[in-house]
Amino acid sequence: MPEVEDTSPPLLELRDLRKSYGDKIKTEVLHGINLSFGSGEFTAIIGPSGSGKSTLLNQIGLLDRPTSGSVLVQGKKTEDLSEEELTTLRGRTLGFIFQFHHLISALTVTENVLMPLWLSGLRDREVAEKAAKEALAHVGLEEKAHVRADELSGGQQQRVAIARALIHHPAIILADEPTGNLDSKTADSVFSLMRRFNAELGTTFLIVTHDPRMAERCDRVIRIEDGVVASDSWRPKGG
Amino acid sequence: MDLAWFLALKFLKEYRAQSLLTISAVAVGVSVMIFLSALISGLQGSLIRQTLGSQAHITVQPAEEVARPQLEGPGLMRRIEQPEQRFLSIEGWQSTSNRLRRDPGVVEVAAGVSGNASALRGSAERPVIVYGFDPDEFNRVIDVRSRVVAGRHEPSGSEVLIGVELARDLGIGVGDQVRLRTQTASETLVTVAGLFDLGSQQVNQRWAILSLRGAQSLLALPGGANIFFIRVHKIFDAEKIAQRMEAQTGLLVDSWMKTNQQLLVALKSQSSSSYTIQFFVFLAVAMGIASVLVVSVVQRTREIGILRAMGIKRSTIFMLFVMQGAVIGLSGSIVGAFMGSGLASMFARIAKAPDGSPTFPVDLTPNLFLAAAGAATITGMLAAALPARRAARLDPVEAIRHA
Ligand SMILES: Nc1ncnc2c1ncn2[C@@H]1O[C@H](COP(=O)(O)OP(=O)(O)OP(=O)(O)O)[C@@H](O)[C@H]1O
Ligand SMILES: [Mg+2]
Repeated sequence: MPEVEDTSPPLLELRDLRKSYGDKIKTEVLHGINLSFGSGEFTAIIGPSGSGKSTLLNQIGLLDRPTSGSVLVQGKKTEDLSEEELTTLRGRTLGFIFQFHHLISALTVTENVLMPLWLSGLRDREVAEKAAKEALAHVGLEEKAHVRADELSGGQQQRVAIARALIHHPAIILADEPTGNLDSKTADSVFSLMRRFNAELGTTFLIVTHDPRMAERCDRVIRIEDGVVASDSWRPKGG
Repeated sequence: MDLAWFLALKFLKEYRAQSLLTISAVAVGVSVMIFLSALISGLQGSLIRQTLGSQAHITVQPAEEVARPQLEGPGLMRRIEQPEQRFLSIEGWQSTSNRLRRDPGVVEVAAGVSGNASALRGSAERPVIVYGFDPDEFNRVIDVRSRVVAGRHEPSGSEVLIGVELARDLGIGVGDQVRLRTQTASETLVTVAGLFDLGSQQVNQRWAILSLRGAQSLLALPGGANIFFIRVHKIFDAEKIAQRMEAQTGLLVDSWMKTNQQLLVALKSQSSSSYTIQFFVFLAVAMGIASVLVVSVVQRTREIGILRAMGIKRSTIFMLFVMQGAVIGLSGSIVGAFMGSGLASMFARIAKAPDGSPTFPVDLTPNLFLAAAGAATITGMLAAALPARRAARLDPVEAIRHA
């Protein structure tokens, strides 16, 4: 896919992205990142602790504004958007999976999964119920549909988080150490799930991980070191 | 909006004990408010009713009869102690009466005569004020009719209605005779037609109500009138109307509000102290709601973070907390309304005078409940505003990292 010459802009593009923290003493954490991501890519972001992986993902996820440089989504610059426009764009094009799943414990599994659809304005009960059922079936949690979210195991909760991230078919899913909190067997199945969705739905995945085995199973591996891209390599297809 | 509601209710339900506790706190506050308001407005209402039961809202007299500057204390008393020698009729009283009656605030004008006299029975002698009015007009201003406790309520030419206290002082009852004598030594012998109890000791001791004719002839005012008793629609407009009438007629016009200034001042300070108490109760309630919601914002930091990441608007987060405040306020006020009215009616039932009438009448009006519900809901929303703002401003990155 990267070799395809295309006149249309990439799904996601970072141009000289910089991020500093601190008011008086500014510490630059990201030193001019240039990257672009196409549709359907399955990418691992690796690197030592403190190298700026999460910071990078937060800029890509429009959760935070870069100090300088641009994040372009489908060719459109985002730095001039208002807080509200960013929120809307985020809700429409992005899905998030975090290490600590962050389900809403007051809601049932179904209600959690439906949240992105509600946020996008869907009010049709039947359509919503059907979508939730499908999404939960994909992650194998149909029978837990009406259980409260905090009654599930960690692995089950992470699967619900995946169903939630996917339900509104966002173009990009950002996952920050999605398996970091799971045992290796559960981590494996969660990872497989993401791979399957990537294959079936063509969703772009950007996964921050410390797990080398997991990085090996991604199509593209970007290594961040001290706030710069240290390497960006593609795994040969079918390898 | 509906999403904010949905989440607000879910959040409240999740920490049920915390929510119920806060709602109970609001309920206690609201019940205090309802109880206090009901008690105070009941008390004040009954005090005013009692005061006005034996007094016209407005009294009009000839200007020259009473020395103007001495109007301190109850006006009636003053006149009893300073008896006039002669009684002067209001000139052209029929047209004046008609003019006063046309005032939009006026319900009824009773024109009649009044003057000081002594009531004699054997060796007993008591000072009285003699009144004579058209009975229908008079009863529309001061309802004596329904408060006649013995005998008939309408005296004929040679009859008198007296108060229960005067009857006891003189040792007489219905059917007995009593002599009335004015300072000018005009005298008449009348039969007691009935006894009234207007709820005021002074009035029950002093008033002697004759027929209009009887009083006119006793006071040497044939065909004349030297007093108007006036009833108005809104009792608290009385002073305004009285001033208007005085300017119009040049007569001496007094409202009940002027003759009962001390009562009104007392009522006002009672009201304001009750408002002060209620204000502080609501302040405490507001702080309770606010502190619970502040804690709730902290509890839900991560959830707010993920909701923001998923594209929930800041304004929705804000509303979601304000709505929690509103729900707490409203449901607390509903529970509190029941508690407060229960408390008030229980109090009214327990505290009874020997004759069975409530000594603490409570006044529970629908308006009071609406006011309490409104006040509690608004308090809840205002109290929620600060934590809501905090929640809305949470940085999603920080919120998600929140341990
Ligand atoms: N809000 C912040 N304020 C100040 N410094 C920050 C903030 N967030 C991150 N940093 C700093 O930026 C650097 C990169 O942090 P980041 O969380 O992106 O690292 P990471 O690569 O995700 O590490 P890990 O693998 O441990 O999660 C770190 O030195 C961190 O201390
Ligand atoms: Mg990190």
